[in-house]
Amino acid sequence: MNDAQVGALVEAAEEGVEVDGLRVTRVDEGYRFETPETIHRGLSESALRSVAEESPWFVSNWHYWTHVVEGPERARYDFLRWVEGADDHDVPKRYEALSSGVTREWGQLSITATLADDGLRRYDLRHGADRDVSEEDLETYVDPLDARGIATYDDDGRYRPLSTAPTLRTGWVYPDLDGRALVETVEFLYPATVENWHRERRGELDVTHFRETAERQTGIYSIVEGLTVEELEAAAEACCVDSQCLKRRMWDEDEETPLRVPRGEEAFPCREPCSLFVTAARKFVTLGREETRSYEFELTPTEKEQVEAIVDAVADGRVGEIREADLNDGANRYRARYLRALRGGEHGLSDTPTYPEDHD
Amino acid sequence: MQALVIVAHGSHLNPDSSTPTYDHADAIRATGAFDEVREAFWKEEPSFREVLRTVESEEVYVVPLFISEGYFTEQVIPREMRLEGWEVSDWDSEDGVSATFATYRANDVEKTIHYCGPAGTHEVMSDVIVRRAESVTGDPDVGEGFGLAIIGHGTERNENSAKAIHYHTDRIRGMDRFDEVEAVFMDEEPEVDEVTEFFSAPEIVVVPLFVADGFHTQEDIPEDLGLTDDFREGYPVPGEVDGHRIWYAGAVGTESLMADVILERAAEAGAEIGDARERIGERSAPSVAGE
Repeated sequence: MNDAQVGALVEAAEEGVEVDGLRVTRVDEGYRFETPETIHRGLSESALRSVAEESPWFVSNWHYWTHVVEGPERARYDFLRWVEGADDHDVPKRYEALSSGVTREWGQLSITATLADDGLRRYDLRHGADRDVSEEDLETYVDPLDARGIATYDDDGRYRPLSTAPTLRTGWVYPDLDGRALVETVEFLYPATVENWHRERRGELDVTHFRETAERQTGIYSIVEGLTVEELEAAAEACCVDSQCLKRRMWDEDEETPLRVPRGEEAFPCREPCSLFVTAARKFVTLGREETRSYEFELTPTEKEQVEAIVDAVADGRVGEIREADLNDGANRYRARYLRALRGGEHGLSDTPTYPEDHD
Repeated sequence: MQALVIVAHGSHLNPDSSTPTYDHADAIRATGAFDEVREAFWKEEPSFREVLRTVESEEVYVVPLFISEGYFTEQVIPREMRLEGWEVSDWDSEDGVSATFATYRANDVEKTIHYCGPAGTHEVMSDVIVRRAESVTGDPDVGEGFGLAIIGHGTERNENSAKAIHYHTDRIRGMDRFDEVEAVFMDEEPEVDEVTEFFSAPEIVVVPLFVADGFHTQEDIPEDLGLTDDFREGYPVPGEVDGHRIWYAGAVGTESLMADVILERAAEAGAEIGDARERIGERSAPSVAGE
């Protein structure tokens, strides 16, 4: 707390102050200053200044939320209060916790709030996997705009088209953000998540369900309307579960028809099928238009299981983890190459043509 | 408070697609003309659908970083942004290159949205094309002894796509600066691979009217021009083709002066931009390029 904060409090007392247990008002007989522990009445301006100085935490806390964060209408106000658990703990408890740091997880992000001078907050933002890594061992960032670059590639250098895929790269830290810059940085890493979470908390999240999204599509995407409910369930299971995207899915087939696929566990909601989902849905619709056929293959039981293991390994993103010499894993590269060499042919598996009519 | 939202296509596959959008947004941010500057994309995040809720400003200027009026600027963006009451006729552009702006409320936010015509059809875009020619040749006076070829994608699905190319071709021809100025296309006549047939000038600057470098500008076009047999091996600037020296510029949208076009679009829609255009101009003075 500093003189400017006390000055601002005296000024604000004319209109009345009420934040986190601090109440300051002006009535005819003078100022009234109240915290959960103390009440002072009939104060002159200089007496108000004195008692304010005896409750520096309450005053700086009031100043932070009203003057620095600029009040409760904004998503960042809700978010920053959530970060430090402001609605769950009173000011003294919170300030004690903040002195050593309060940490929250937001998707793969780890955010630690601590007290800075005069009751301001500073925030440390990093990947949750780097929570216990010392700052010197991480790449240090200052400018929120750089977060766009952090979000572009995963740890293997692959492009990440979906911001909330659980593949955010590690090894970086923003050690000293103020509240506004923290929210800005989080929004570059996970666009619109703070805003939609804020709307949801206020009961104002506008969810657009799949059928409505599909009806809106034009051009080459207009065919996504043709996705059946079974295909939609499979598409959501393929794309919208926690292992693929951290948003918590709030949309369903339509308002009356929930999908069985789990919604996800994270704090921030998904209010509408995203562009990647719509693109995938378009492909799934075209796949669904094909008629099934019967093919005859000669495979040993183990080879059949091997084909299944390969599908699983690709679907679960496990291919890179399979050890070079682990010949017991059906999706091992040598095993896959052996299967292809032994059972493959000019026309694919078991040399069976995909379109036999073209080969008669 | 006023915000600028630059909307572009983006890509699920190519991370470089959004780079020019970020660069121009950063240049405009640095001028301080807007309280907030945001990028939004069709294929990346934040999406067109959600970007308006991420700005706090009451006045929002939306500038599409697209080359032509057409499917995206007339249908997709207004629909996804939920611009209430949007009609193509609001833009009053009967010739496909004259859209300026129109003002709406979006139905999920309490804001006024000034929806601007695409950057690519603004008259200042002609200057950007010329600037691109200066950048690639490293000559601020480039013109005499040079032909200028402007490449458009061209498509039968959208006639406005070619109109934007012809519009700038005609304007630059009218500047009487280059010996010859011609429009060529990837998907319609006259085609890129015949470019040397249209010029008698010994030197030809080739500028693709594309927003970002990617598959077309880095792979197809250098091969079609005959600058290289295989894009993976790169291409020379300038390169020799059929007795002409070809200065291939890459996508015009990467030119830093593009930020000026975006600012101009917003200013025409009523944004207060102070001296931001001058500051962008200083920042984007032609660099001496060439390899």
